[in-house]
Amino acid sequence: MTRRLQTNEKKNYQKLVENTAPKPNYFTNCIWAFVVGGIICIIGQFVHNMIENNLGLTHLEATNATILVMIFLGAALTGLGVYDRIGKKAGAGSIVPITGFANSVVSPAMEYKREGFIFGVAARMFILAGPVLVYGITSSVIVGIIYYLLK
Amino acid sequence: MSYVNAFIVGGLICVLGQLLMDGTKLNPAQVLVIFVTAGVVLTALGIYEPLVRFGGAGATIPLPGFGYSLAKGVFKGVDEKGFLGIFTGGVEATSGGITAAVVFGYLMAVFFNPKSKS
Amino acid sequence: MVALKKIGRQTIKFLNPPSILTTASIVGPKEGEGPLAQYYDEVLEDDLFGEDSWEKAESKLVKEAVKIAIRKAKLKIPDIEFMLGGDLLNQLMSTSFAARDLEIPFYGLYGACSTMAESLNLAAVLIDGGYADKVVATTSSHFSSAERQFRYPLELGNQRAPTAQWTVTGSGAAILTSNGNGPFITYSTIGKVIDFGIVDSNNMGAAMAPAAANTITTHLMDTGLQPKEYDLIITGDLGKYGRDIAIELMKKEGFEIVKNFTDCGIENF
Repeated sequence: MTRRLQTNEKKNYQKLVENTAPKPNYFTNCIWAFVVGGIICIIGQFVHNMIENNLGLTHLEATNATILVMIFLGAALTGLGVYDRIGKKAGAGSIVPITGFANSVVSPAMEYKREGFIFGVAARMFILAGPVLVYGITSSVIVGIIYYLLK
Repeated sequence: MSYVNAFIVGGLICVLGQLLMDGTKLNPAQVLVIFVTAGVVLTALGIYEPLVRFGGAGATIPLPGFGYSLAKGVFKGVDEKGFLGIFTGGVEATSGGITAAVVFGYLMAVFFNPKSKS
Repeated sequence: MVALKKIGRQTIKFLNPPSILTTASIVGPKEGEGPLAQYYDEVLEDDLFGEDSWEKAESKLVKEAVKIAIRKAKLKIPDIEFMLGGDLLNQLMSTSFAARDLEIPFYGLYGACSTMAESLNLAAVLIDGGYADKVVATTSSHFSSAERQFRYPLELGNQRAPTAQWTVTGSGAAILTSNGNGPFITYSTIGKVIDFGIVDSNNMGAAMAPAAANTITTHLMDTGLQPKEYDLIITGDLGKYGRDIAIELMKKEGFEIVKNFTDCGIENF
């Protein structure tokens, strides 16, 4: 009886908190995400076009090279301490592009440098990006198995 | 035209991510995992390919594009090498990005220190 | 055996109320720009404090705060019999290292936002019980070391939720004595851990508010005092939003506490 009362009380409290907690500003956040995310993709498109036109690579190769360049840019801006400032405003606009992936690799690597270059930098590098690789690669293998069986 | 398309497609994918973060209890890492997995699945279902054709970098630069490359690579691997391709195709296609993340990430960490926020 | 100094359900009444002799505080640059700036003994320009890691900087904060408090009391470090304190880090890293350098017998305490209250409380118990005459109570935290331990790396480009707390960079110390002229510590009510199942680490105010409200109302019931008899009722770090919830919860218990109720987090920034 008391236990049930308590869980009820808990539920009510959680509801109260949910209803009264200040909400993020959906509209401004989305505009920021849209504009910054879009601009990052325009930069990507520009890099892609330059590579495809000037280096004589195929479309797919140019796409891969573009991702390389974008990862470098994301990593460099993180190192310079700029990326977190963009991210504060842009939210998903700078998290979702591949530059954000680079940011999620570099930021813990820098943060844990004081714990050494093996257990600090190298081991912590993928605390945030690791899950992306694990789920991305695993799901691609599952898709591959299905594709193989259907063929 | 390709720039406008890239802006719109890339922007919209990011808005979707923003709505997921603000509207649910998901944190950025969870959103990224969902996006990469969604990229793989949507590519397998043939939905992401048209988006890449239309949006160009707008679809390949956001994280679902990473899933797209993984899935495309696996298909290519299976076509060329059969069963083994299931395991080699995905990472083969994305090896550049993964290596870049490792190497640049390491170098930046060696050269720079984090700054405190204010 | 009857516990002579305990009243009500969970309150200690000090029969020989210890007096606060001196206090000291050092804060980081951001806190130094806040509304309380003029009350701090020292404001850092650089939150690394000349050290090469934030943990070491935090440790130095503790050490310096304790030293300033001792200096103000015109005492020497060996005059202090015990040091009680803690911080937010694993193994109470910064406070322990400070205690090592100060060479004062040390009790390490962990109460997160309540560490200062906890160390003052136990220091008062030591003095009231006649186990010591001069005890220093301290606590510390550092935004950058806490952020790493509890949330995300500093350079990660994420957004802060509107309810997210901002960890203070700073340290405070207070010297308690058995024969002073006040201010005195007269009662202390030890709170219970109350968990209403709030799991959002960006909304700690809501997670802590029920415990704060419960402790305050219990204190009033145990002592029979009225809210209006207090100049100020202050909580550790509920934030603006957590304070609102706490007010709501106390109202349910029949206590109207608004005007003289505030929160350190609100006052600091």
